[in-house]
Amino acid sequence: MPSTRATTKDQARRSAVRTLLRLWPYVRPVRVRLFTAAFVAIVASCLGLVIPLVLKWMVDGPVADRDPAGVWLGALYLLLLGFAEALLFGLRRWLVARPLSHVEAEMRADLYGHLQRLPVAFHDRWASGQLLSRATTDLMLVRMFLAFPLTFLLVNGVTILAGVIIMLLQDWTLGLVILGPALPVIVTCVIFERRYAEVARLAQDQVGDLTTVVEESVLGVRIIKGFGRHRSQARAFWELSRTLRGTELRKARLLAAIWGVIVAFPEVAIGAALVLGAVQVADGELSTGTLVAFLSTALALRWPVDSIGFLLAMSQEAATATERYFEVMDAEPETPARSAASEAERDSGLRLCGVTFRYPDAPAGSRPVLDRIDLHIRPGESMALVGATGSGKTTLTALIPRLHEVTSGRITLDGRDITAMSREELRSQVAVAFEEPTLFSAGVGDNVLMGAGEGAGEAELHRALAVAQADFAYALPQGTDTQVGEQGLSLSGGQRQRLALARAVVGRPRFLVLDDPLSALDVHTEAAVEAALRDVLADTTALIVAHRPSTVLLADRVALLSGGRVTAVGTHHELLRTNAEYAHLMSGEESGKQEDER
Amino acid sequence: MTAPTTTSATAPDDEQDLPRPEEPAAGDPFDRDALPTAPGATGALLRSLLAPMKARVAVTTLLLLLQQAAVQAGPLLVAYAIDTAVPAFRRADHGPLIAVAVGYLLCAVASGALQYAFILASARVNQDVLLDLRGRIFRHAQALSVDFHERYTSGRLISRSTTDVESLRELLEEGLQELVSVVVSFVYISAMLLWLDLGLGAVAVASFVPLHLLVRVYQRRAGRVYRVRSTAIAAVIVKFVETMNGIRPVRTFRREAVNDAGFRVLNRRHERTNGDALLEMARYVTGSRLVANTAVAVIVLWGAQRVAGGTLELGVLAAAVLYLRRLYDPIDRLGMFLNSYQSAAASLEKIAGLLAQTPSVPEPSAPRELPPPASEHPGREVVFDGVRFAYRTGGEVLPRFDLTIPAGQTVAVVGSTGAGKSTLAKLLARFYDASDGRVLLDGVDLRELAVPELRRGVVMVTQEAFLFSGTVAENIAIGRPDATREEIERAAKAIGAHDFISALPDGYDTDVRKRGGRISAGQRQLVAFARALLADPAVLILDEATSSLDIPGERAVQRAMTTVLRGRTAVVIAHRLSTVEIADRVLVMEHGRIVEDGSPAELIAGTGRFADLHRAWRDSLA
Repeated sequence: MPSTRATTKDQARRSAVRTLLRLWPYVRPVRVRLFTAAFVAIVASCLGLVIPLVLKWMVDGPVADRDPAGVWLGALYLLLLGFAEALLFGLRRWLVARPLSHVEAEMRADLYGHLQRLPVAFHDRWASGQLLSRATTDLMLVRMFLAFPLTFLLVNGVTILAGVIIMLLQDWTLGLVILGPALPVIVTCVIFERRYAEVARLAQDQVGDLTTVVEESVLGVRIIKGFGRHRSQARAFWELSRTLRGTELRKARLLAAIWGVIVAFPEVAIGAALVLGAVQVADGELSTGTLVAFLSTALALRWPVDSIGFLLAMSQEAATATERYFEVMDAEPETPARSAASEAERDSGLRLCGVTFRYPDAPAGSRPVLDRIDLHIRPGESMALVGATGSGKTTLTALIPRLHEVTSGRITLDGRDITAMSREELRSQVAVAFEEPTLFSAGVGDNVLMGAGEGAGEAELHRALAVAQADFAYALPQGTDTQVGEQGLSLSGGQRQRLALARAVVGRPRFLVLDDPLSALDVHTEAAVEAALRDVLADTTALIVAHRPSTVLLADRVALLSGGRVTAVGTHHELLRTNAEYAHLMSGEESGKQEDER
Repeated sequence: MTAPTTTSATAPDDEQDLPRPEEPAAGDPFDRDALPTAPGATGALLRSLLAPMKARVAVTTLLLLLQQAAVQAGPLLVAYAIDTAVPAFRRADHGPLIAVAVGYLLCAVASGALQYAFILASARVNQDVLLDLRGRIFRHAQALSVDFHERYTSGRLISRSTTDVESLRELLEEGLQELVSVVVSFVYISAMLLWLDLGLGAVAVASFVPLHLLVRVYQRRAGRVYRVRSTAIAAVIVKFVETMNGIRPVRTFRREAVNDAGFRVLNRRHERTNGDALLEMARYVTGSRLVANTAVAVIVLWGAQRVAGGTLELGVLAAAVLYLRRLYDPIDRLGMFLNSYQSAAASLEKIAGLLAQTPSVPEPSAPRELPPPASEHPGREVVFDGVRFAYRTGGEVLPRFDLTIPAGQTVAVVGSTGAGKSTLAKLLARFYDASDGRVLLDGVDLRELAVPELRRGVVMVTQEAFLFSGTVAENIAIGRPDATREEIERAAKAIGAHDFISALPDGYDTDVRKRGGRISAGQRQLVAFARALLADPAVLILDEATSSLDIPGERAVQRAMTTVLRGRTAVVIAHRLSTVEIADRVLVMEHGRIVEDGSPAELIAGTGRFADLHRAWRDSLA
């Protein structure tokens, strides 16, 4: 399986902190709550550090003095401190619960919105599994980072600092002993962070690849079953998940090493402090209460220190998740219309002038898909576009609503350059019926009315369904409200195609682009659709990709696309007589035999 | 101890603010994304995943027990140091203090090393469980029949194997480790406390009662929230996948803003339940901390009074206090475990629901083999014997019928949309099983054939020509994975696909995903045909498989059928009557019934529907 990783080396080298800083615009709106929460957590943690001091006071004071009232007072302090700590911890969580879900949701909505506006060429390149894993798993990691590591790296840092200061104040020699392992632990953390980053990124990409396989195996299930290939598909899946397992284990090994270091080193230091402290107590240089408080503080710092390992790991994963997220967010959306509106020429209809197109990711110097196409469709005229399979017909239709941008040349609608219009305006003027009729999870009526502007109602719907001969829609369980698409009733190819056609004509567009609109219809339905479509085409400027004579006959003229160029334009009958390639495409026979055919 | 009672008393009132779990809507469980599961299926699934790893789970647990023992020895050494070593040191007896030093060092090293070993061991177990579960979902989804896939949307299936598996991963990676270490430290520390001092220990143990209640309440309420959340994220995924897969119509029909709004609604719903889940956690953490800190205060009060009264040693109190801080430290972590447990349980329930679906087209338990071909023809005879088909949800599609297709015959099936042509084809391809009757291939019931044998027998090419990630050659080789490059190219040549494939940047090795949008629908159909040619089946079904081909392409397919596939039994569903020209026999279907059956010439000469259709088609060619 090819990996769809889009990382480059320099991105991998970008530091985790700088990557995570990019989250700021999303965090900004909730910054007050987040900072308050962090502050609350710091206070709560420091309260935790005060508890050992109360203990010291009790041991050296009331306990030593056998003063019951003092003991009660100390216990009351402990209780109050405990309550305050608990409530502050709760407050912290309450403060961030909704804002953090909100940040995650906002980021997801932005990603979705952005993806919808990225050029179609981007979607051609990216498997949707990779996009999906960014929208789900990666964003979850980001939310968890904001909830824990971000706050607690700060909180634990401050707590450790405060704890160390308290310990140094109580006994500076013991304090220094406790600080001893700090350097080796920090060095380990730094080395670990670098390695972990690489493996974490690898694992996330492999999850994306795995998602792609799952998705394809679901979408292509009929083929897999039709050829009895579910075993080999399962094998491919198994291999990928084995690879992922290997990567995860590498991650675990790194994590285990850092944990081992983080657990063992401070423990050694505490042991050393205990022995030294005991010697000092024995020599009478240190009170027992101070030793108890000191060790109690050191132990209270255990969690803050221990947790640094997994907090760093989580941060690292969040950083790679953020990086993956912004890989998509950094892709340029479609550029807005060129502001310098070209002079509206005295021209009408749909005109292509020297249109050349090469896919943006095609190697430079490769032959363009479309090469200097000149074509003029007069207002109200319909033009059929005929060409061999793969000659670029569908590509040409994609240029008109600007799903792809022409490499050079220009396309004008009634004299206006399409790049001078907003896409919104352009696409409201041009309606398209695609070769693959996609319906969305919505009612049949809503699916059709998508093609119309605001305020289109029943009347338009009925007319469009009549044109497309889609009366079956009324006979569905809930009529035109019946849910179709991913989450609804599955319709046959012919039914979907007719609804897609209805969608294209419902808004009475000025320009209509139909990509082989009748391919899935049976002969009777096709004839009926053609009859109805003729009325629509009478006053619509249309480009119709056609494979068959019956569809071609809908059009007034025919353009033959061959080798990326328009090689002939004329009526069907003219071309049949004069153009051997056209005759071949329309009859399947070698040229010269078409007369007998008829 | 007022804290626990307050918390549990307010719990029922709080419930009113919580969003209710979605009322089970009437109707199809598929619509609600809640497939039925047997009670206890979730637990059974988890157990069956862990069962093969009993030994390793035991080793992992042992490592953790030892690790905790090493860690928890600390305060004990502190007590010993204060109460024994210090006085001994004063007497110039250095032995006990040296013992403390050595003991502490050993414990520190052991706890680090054991921690390392434990993380590695548990990662292995976790990853193997995940590998197993991922594989099970994948294999099961693949084994389920086409009609299941038509009802269970692809987005849901994807979210089962991604986000739902992910939540189990969290449970295993963080959760189980948390749980075990929490339980272990609870047990260890309670035992230590009881051993240090029975009374102090008893107070600590007593505090477990309100904690337990808190955990129960939390578990119940969080469970509800998590189930709603899992449904909410699945809805988000479905919408996401649908949009990305239909990006072209989304763009041209300017659906971006409408989609944004629709997505926002789903996303908000997920955001809300997500927030609810986090708030539940906040309530729990606050409550449990209150209990814990109260217990610490009570124990210290009592202990200190006894030390003051001379009935308790100072070192014991110090050790008890050090232990106590540790005792309640993992409470938050217990919350995290419950968190991931609830989330994983909700996901596992959905996965269990999916795994509980029995394939409606099961593999045979005692498969039979096809007899050797009866004649020199590679084709086989097909018999529909009293076959009737109705969807399980009701609605008869094909009333009872009989049909025999002799080996080597090419049959064209025509009729309007919804006449039942595709259902007939799917029965023959065994995408569905007949409700009554049998479909026989050379006298063998299709249900008795193992998949490889079945696919050597019958292959179906459908209208939707999906390409998988990989190269063009790999896509063709789906027909026969062990085919050589020559065979692949021969198949492509036979179908007229060789020229366009050679013109791709890397020819047969071009990655279709990189240029997935660039291979036209017609070209994809040619690739699909090349697959079928390569598979070389005895019976070939073409279900509107030529709809996107141009006329030369269609001719190439027909040529291939009369040359390369000569002698195969073929069932061709097409609305283009051009296909009929190569057919030996035509079936006309209407409302699920075969209404005309005869050779093309006979039917054209007659006055029936086919004669009508044929006339209309001839006219359309003019």
